[in-house]
Amino acid sequence: MNKRKAVPDKSICVACGVCALQCPRKAISIHKGCFAVVDNEKCVGCGLCKKACPADAIVIES
Amino acid sequence: MTNKNIKQKETKRKILKRKRPWYEYLWIWSIVYFALGFFNILFAWLGMIDFILPLIFAVAGGNKWFCNHMCGRGQLFWVLGRNLKCSRGKSAPKWMASKWFRYGFLAFFMTMFGSMVFQTYQVFAGAGSLGKAIKLFWTFKVPWKWAYTNSVFPDWVAQFGFGFYSLMLTSTLIGLIVMALYKERTWCTFCPMGTMTQGICKLKNKE
Repeated sequence: MNKRKAVPDKSICVACGVCALQCPRKAISIHKGCFAVVDNEKCVGCGLCKKACPADAIVIES
Repeated sequence: MTNKNIKQKETKRKILKRKRPWYEYLWIWSIVYFALGFFNILFAWLGMIDFILPLIFAVAGGNKWFCNHMCGRGQLFWVLGRNLKCSRGKSAPKWMASKWFRYGFLAFFMTMFGSMVFQTYQVFAGAGSLGKAIKLFWTFKVPWKWAYTNSVFPDWVAQFGFGFYSLMLTSTLIGLIVMALYKERTWCTFCPMGTMTQGICKLKNKE
């Protein structure tokens, strides 16, 4: 089974933290104010973060 | 009802009833700020909190905790854009989140801030007189004379208030426009404070 997961692009990420607020599983954290990091163990690939991201820095990959 | 069902319901209730920390309500502050400045321009000085706090977080803590959790403006855009459905939720053009635009806008914003401080200095030095107006989009003068008559403070204090209020109102209006057109918090991609604090964090992280 393919597991879908969110993959943030840290070169585009502005570290605003909207994704982290939206994540229902608290799988995203902002690494030292630089970019978003997704915990692949927790991420279920629901895409709520992608929908909220103002910089389009997140893609859902499977 | 099965045991599992009861458990599921309990979890759902817990999620819905999650106690929200006080700082999730700071969008109210954004509104209060502009309301206060409408009646007395000296309240505009309170906006300095939103300038200094993120910098303290970035410089001392090396994080963007302010942006991530406390930014009243970002929250306001979210409340209006998502909860009240005032945003198209469409992707913004790529250049809006690009480095050159972000740093370019930061430079432009700082230049405008500098010119505002210079104007304040002129009033302080007696080379200019207090203009009871705010300037929207750095162009349109709007009379605002009801917000200030006289106070115990010298004129330059009020001049800074008018200038700073103009800056805050203009940037919020830009934010509202891009919120309506694109994603809720599109402003965050080129917010000068956000760019600055992320830049500081990246520098700090390099060491």
